Amino acid sequence: MPSTMASPMIHARDVHKRFAAVEVLKGVSLAVDKGEVVAVIGPSGSGKSTFLRCLNHLETINRGGIDIEGETLVATGADAVCRYSPDADIRRICRKMGMVFQHFNLFPHLTVLQNIIEAPITVKGLRRDEILPKAEKLLRKVGLLDKQASYPSRLSGGQKQRVAIARALAMDPDIMLFDEPTSALDPELTGEVLRTIRELAEEHMTMLVVTHEMAFAREVASRVVFMDGGEILEARPAKELFAAPEHPRTRAFLENML
Amino acid sequence: MDYVIEIMAPLIEGTGVTLQVFLISFVLAVPLGLVLALVRISRFVVLSGLVNGYIWLMRGTPLMLQMLFIYFALPFVPVIGVRLPDFPAAIVAFVLNYAAYFAEIFRAGIQSIDRGQYEGARVLGLSYPQTMRRIVLPQVLKRILPPMSNETITLVKDTSLIYVLAMNDLLRAARGIVQRDFTTTPFVVAAAFYLVMTLVLTLGFQHLERKYAVYDG
Repeated sequence: MPSTMASPMIHARDVHKRFAAVEVLKGVSLAVDKGEVVAVIGPSGSGKSTFLRCLNHLETINRGGIDIEGETLVATGADAVCRYSPDADIRRICRKMGMVFQHFNLFPHLTVLQNIIEAPITVKGLRRDEILPKAEKLLRKVGLLDKQASYPSRLSGGQKQRVAIARALAMDPDIMLFDEPTSALDPELTGEVLRTIRELAEEHMTMLVVTHEMAFAREVASRVVFMDGGEILEARPAKELFAAPEHPRTRAFLENML
Repeated sequence: MDYVIEIMAPLIEGTGVTLQVFLISFVLAVPLGLVLALVRISRFVVLSGLVNGYIWLMRGTPLMLQMLFIYFALPFVPVIGVRLPDFPAAIVAFVLNYAAYFAEIFRAGIQSIDRGQYEGARVLGLSYPQTMRRIVLPQVLKRILPPMSNETITLVKDTSLIYVLAMNDLLRAARGIVQRDFTTTPFVVAAAFYLVMTLVLTLGFQHLERKYAVYDG
């Protein structure tokens, strides 16, 4: 066994996050292994999106630690001071993770294809012809090869989100973070996005998915994490959690949702 | 008609001066304005405050006063005092003044870009300068075209202020003929010249707006 198998892909320990006086995360710990698909569910305001955003440094944490693939992004020492790694390390570590947002955040001034090849060219320094075959493969994978010359404003929400997924994959991430990827979509468009995410799961991509789609969580996730009030109340295999939620708040939440 | 043709030569010469002042000022003021805007929105509080003060000064005093100051008073200012000939003095005044206005246009444009664009770029690994250059500023350019068009046309007309430095621009050339010949025809011709120049700019900006209309947002 290579030694990398020992460390989880994501290892968050006792993560605390405050916005001004409001404590949004009150000591969240979670380890995600390679190939795992973890769904994070919970009521709005429970801190699940914030937790996801802490993992790739879109938010800075106030206490605790985060390792990505065994490398320290941030740690809190014995002196209780929370320290981030140097900026260059943060950038390198965060590049292992791709992220898909609720509101897509596609670049409106670039075509679908340009959206996908922008980061490989600008960040990785690849030539256009080096990334083009991969970009086309990704577009075919998400079923949008015929839209490559379109601008994002000409696409439906579901198409936009699939482009966003392809754009993230173009950087070859080891981990994909999804922040409510279907919450901004019309109900009839969520299916196509969830199908794409499911295909990634079948390819054993390590994923952390914040979602309100219970059916999707039950079907695709290997493990489901229930968060409420800035804490993880329950983290168990999907089937178990949905069949027999242990925590009364999980039970109440699921009864509301289903 | 013969008279109009007769006065053409000095008016065209004056137009040449007007265009030179306009073009050089524009080409220098736009990048300076962009730099000022980027400093203004940066997290360097002291620099940002200085730029803020600079913009207040430049927008809060008449352009004509600034021009007179640079030409007549600057030579007597300690340390930075230099005596500039009329043409460079006019350019410096226009650049310093217009950069302040352009800076505010750029700032408004940059701040109108959604946070999600920065986050989208960041999670793909783009640095802040890369995000600015590749993602934010190209979108800013589209959004600021209408106010930039306004300001640019104003600059063409403001060049007539250089008469206070006794430079022979289009308006001063026209006035000279009016005073010599006791007829206001040269003013009408000068107005036509200004209209042609601003029309070209208007069409140019409209062309850019159409070009950028290929995408929404």
